[in-house]
Amino acid sequence: MAMNYNAKDEVDGGPQCPPGGPAKNRRPDNTAFKQQRLPAWQPILTAGTVLPTFFIIGLIFIPIGIGIFVTSNNIREIEIDYTGTDPSSPCNKCLSPNATPCYCTINFTLEQSFEGNVFMYYGLSNFYQNHRRYVKSRDDSQLNGDSSALLNPSKECEPYRRNEDKPIAPCGAIANSMFNDTLELFLVGNESYPTPIPLKKKGIAWWTDKNVKFRNPSGGESLKERFKGTTKPVNWVKPVYMLDSEPDNNGFINEDFIVWMRTAALPTFRKLYRLIERKSDLHPTLPAGRYYLNITYNYPVHSFDGRKRMILSTISWMGGKNPFLGIAYIAIGSISFLLGVVLLVINHKYRNSSNTADITI
Amino acid sequence: ESLKVLKMFTDFLSFMVLFNFIIPVSMYVTVEMQKFLGSFFISWDKDFYDEEINEGALVNTSDLNEELGQVDYIFTDKTGTLTENSMEFIECCIDGHKYKGAAQDTDGLSQTDGPLTYFDKADKNREELFLRALCLCHTVEVKTNDTVDGPTESAALTYMSSSPDEIALVKGAKKYGFTFVGIRNGHMRVENQRKEIEEYELLHTLNFDAVRRRMSVIVKTQAGDILLFCKGADSAVFPRVQNHEIELTKAHVERAHVERNAMDGYRTLCVAFKEITPDDYERINRQLIEAKMALQDREEKMEKVFDDIETNMNLIGATAVEDKLQDEAAETIEALHSAGLKVWVLTGDKMETAKSTCYACRLFQTSTELLELTTKTIEESERKEDRLHELLIEYRKKLLHDFPKSTRSLKKAWTEHQEYGLIIDGSTLSLILNSSQDSSSNNYKSIFLQICMKCTAVLCCRMAPLQKAQIVRMVKNLKGSPITLSIGDGANDVSMILESHVGIGIKGKEGRQAARNSDYAVPKFKHLKKLLLAHGHLYYVRIAHLVQYFFYKNLCFILPQFLYQFFCGFSQQPLYDAAYLTMYNICFTSLPILAYSLLEQHINIDTLTSDPRLYMKISGNAMLQLGPFLYWTFLAAFEGTVFFFGTYFLFQTSSLEENAKVYGNWTFGTIVFTVLVFTVTLKLALDTRFWTWINHFVIWGSLAFYVFFSFFWGGIIWPFLKQQRMYFVFAQMLSSVSTWLAIVLLIFISLFPEILLIVLKNVRRRSARNPNLELPMLLSYKHIDNGY
Repeated sequence: MAMNYNAKDEVDGGPQCPPGGPAKNRRPDNTAFKQQRLPAWQPILTAGTVLPTFFIIGLIFIPIGIGIFVTSNNIREIEIDYTGTDPSSPCNKCLSPNATPCYCTINFTLEQSFEGNVFMYYGLSNFYQNHRRYVKSRDDSQLNGDSSALLNPSKECEPYRRNEDKPIAPCGAIANSMFNDTLELFLVGNESYPTPIPLKKKGIAWWTDKNVKFRNPSGGESLKERFKGTTKPVNWVKPVYMLDSEPDNNGFINEDFIVWMRTAALPTFRKLYRLIERKSDLHPTLPAGRYYLNITYNYPVHSFDGRKRMILSTISWMGGKNPFLGIAYIAIGSISFLLGVVLLVINHKYRNSSNTADITI
Repeated sequence: ESLKVLKMFTDFLSFMVLFNFIIPVSMYVTVEMQKFLGSFFISWDKDFYDEEINEGALVNTSDLNEELGQVDYIFTDKTGTLTENSMEFIECCIDGHKYKGAAQDTDGLSQTDGPLTYFDKADKNREELFLRALCLCHTVEVKTNDTVDGPTESAALTYMSSSPDEIALVKGAKKYGFTFVGIRNGHMRVENQRKEIEEYELLHTLNFDAVRRRMSVIVKTQAGDILLFCKGADSAVFPRVQNHEIELTKAHVERAHVERNAMDGYRTLCVAFKEITPDDYERINRQLIEAKMALQDREEKMEKVFDDIETNMNLIGATAVEDKLQDEAAETIEALHSAGLKVWVLTGDKMETAKSTCYACRLFQTSTELLELTTKTIEESERKEDRLHELLIEYRKKLLHDFPKSTRSLKKAWTEHQEYGLIIDGSTLSLILNSSQDSSSNNYKSIFLQICMKCTAVLCCRMAPLQKAQIVRMVKNLKGSPITLSIGDGANDVSMILESHVGIGIKGKEGRQAARNSDYAVPKFKHLKKLLLAHGHLYYVRIAHLVQYFFYKNLCFILPQFLYQFFCGFSQQPLYDAAYLTMYNICFTSLPILAYSLLEQHINIDTLTSDPRLYMKISGNAMLQLGPFLYWTFLAAFEGTVFFFGTYFLFQTSSLEENAKVYGNWTFGTIVFTVLVFTVTLKLALDTRFWTWINHFVIWGSLAFYVFFSFFWGGIIWPFLKQQRMYFVFAQMLSSVSTWLAIVLLIFISLFPEILLIVLKNVRRRSARNPNLELPMLLSYKHIDNGY
């Protein structure tokens, strides 16, 4: 788009004040700004200039949309609900609260093989992680390893701030309600015994969260000593320093914990659980076949009509499976193109007809 | 139970806090700034600069800029407003004999002894008496230029007075050989035709005021006679002249002269005198001093004394002074007329004088049919009120017959139908407004108003200052409360300037009272044209757009947050971070609209002034009616819905990133907010028709600032924040290709209806005018020809 300015010369018109005159010259300054005559351009949107824009937008949007749509369709995704509300479900036995710990196994079949990196998510429904009082119920300075906040958590954490006269670490409702089901995946191969699929638990949180925003408190030799004087959240089974065996994935920097702490936007959400890295170019990461999912069922959702799901998904440059973007691009591109055609026809017709009639659409 | 009630109450308050942004508090700040800064453009305008007084326009208020674009009625004074108020002595009449000066030579310096064109001579004594009266009966002061080698005093006399009439009269007398030299030790010194200095002791001055419309002086001659000279408007003087039969006949002749003069557009004054016996003087003197010393009701007492003194006078003659029309007064009136404004002239002058001025400045055309409601038309009948009633009914019938019933086509009708002008004078007006207590007075008023509204031009003459205000108030309270504008130059216009919505003062020769009491003061009447047609129009369009835009952008802003409540369990969870909530109206979207509302010229200023009909397009508050408001609201609702649900559907996936990491609620809000800021700013960019470098700077600068701020705000762990909710959210968001694509798409969808509307409008308008379209270009920019 060409944008040039035509600089306006300053012309000082009119007779000047007599030289050395005692009267103060109150003539307003003849500057372009004060006279509202700044050089300016007036964009004129005419049919002739906008019609091509419609076509160009149509021509750009439609291919983009098709590209996104195809990419999205190529993504493999399988979703398995293991809430166990259905009486025939193997997890139905875990609905009663006194059956702890409860284990259940769900069988499923992959019709097509999953290639490249595969990601395992857990999904919750009807879980309002975006509730205002829930969202604010955390102490970010405690999570950042601040020693005073560790022993004296923020008031926002109430009522999960102190338990039995000890400060809770990590405090607050978000941490207290952390997802604690354990999911394990097995491939039922041709052999008599099933092969476990290796699940990687690191690399699922934002890099900045893992390395900057979340930090374990300093001091002490062992992690346990660093959390001395604090107690575990009410609903947790184990304290925070026993979340994982690896020291760089334990305490506040446990990635499952960090992922949980990033509150979801909507009441139905997915969170990244594990990575399944591809082994080699030759074999698919998850070949087609029968699998079973071993669940350690700890997390109760039945009381609020919640749902729990396990999702396996491959990925592309645009993320997970999402038909919306592709369809929207194609739709808007087509509308734009069609409008361009309609307007062109109207314009053309109009140009040919006599110039007395007024166009009405 | 009580806990439930408490919960309801706190929920209510929380929602109030959450949605309070929909009431744009920042709009008041921006509107005030726009008004304050915008008013500078009026005082800076060099077209309002007048060489003579070395001054430009004066802006006393910044509150009324947009009202200038909404004016329906203009009330203008005549003298000093439509006319120059630089008086020129044209002729006089002594005892019914007419004297005409050599009109061209007005400087009077060479004319001291020059020949005069006598058509017919009056008695020499009367003539001298008349000239002496002119020399004595005034409040002119003399400023002598003390030039060292100036041999004569008279050579360098400069007269100064509050009224230009007086100067004209004194100068006129000088032309006939009587020169007022000045006052020394309370003695007025007059040089007569024989170059002798006559001294008169000035005893009392009975000052001029607009109600009495006359002034008098009491002087003592060298011989010891005490004389009273009085000059004033004919209607003020004639009733006070001695009632002898001889006088009466003389008065008739005089009157004929006066009226003939008035028809030519001259201002006439009558001069009378009276001899006072020493005994009477004693009494008068005592009364005057008493009245002057009075502590209570001084004004009224003085008036009463003056009234007593100025009786039984002898008429000597009359003067005619010409008041030239102001530069471009006629063109201005014509332009205002074609802009759909109704111009009313309110003057204290005689009907004939005012009428001729109105013709001269084309307020009345030759084709205009005049309806007269004056003492003259009513006097004929015995019962004034009956006659008035008759006339009113008759005129109304005539007008209603001529005009179509619908008021909408009224403005069009002016061009097609017979034009009517109304003339009314002060006494008739007071008869209409406060006639006898019966119920018909109200009826008169409404009929009168009906007549007024159907007339293109109304002339009210012989108005007292308060009556002017009364008329303005009457029109102001009409149905639909039209915006009124008063323009005047003198102290007598102050009441109407204060009464009307917009008061404009002319920085004229009658002091600065009007200018000081006005909202805007301009040097000349002709400046009204640009003030209304260009400045008023632009200010109205700017402020109307500003207000609509503010409501629009705040609705866009809050609607997604409202919709979000359905997805967060109505827990009052804000969608946006607190910093965004605070800075949206303050930083991200404030400057573009402020720059727009200061600089926008959707139509070039020159076009606005040269085509007054454009003013009609915005009349009746056209841009702030229900239609445009609904359009903006619909647009905002549409865009808010697109922002929210676009992002909602975008989030119906496991991940938006190629490494499968998951976004949370703050990323959701930030995507909505980013689309929002870009859309509302680009919407303004689409509306901008006048792109100066300032517009470019603030529009693109605001967007750049938003991006910069977001990076900055998310880039640091802020020690003073309790929650680091925005930490790296913006940067992480931009690392996703899907997010980019979604942002572009949502911005485009939001702006699509607007672009489509613009195109449709343009196709229609441009092809109606010019069927041959230019070659296609992506965007064509037309250079605005801004020659000086």
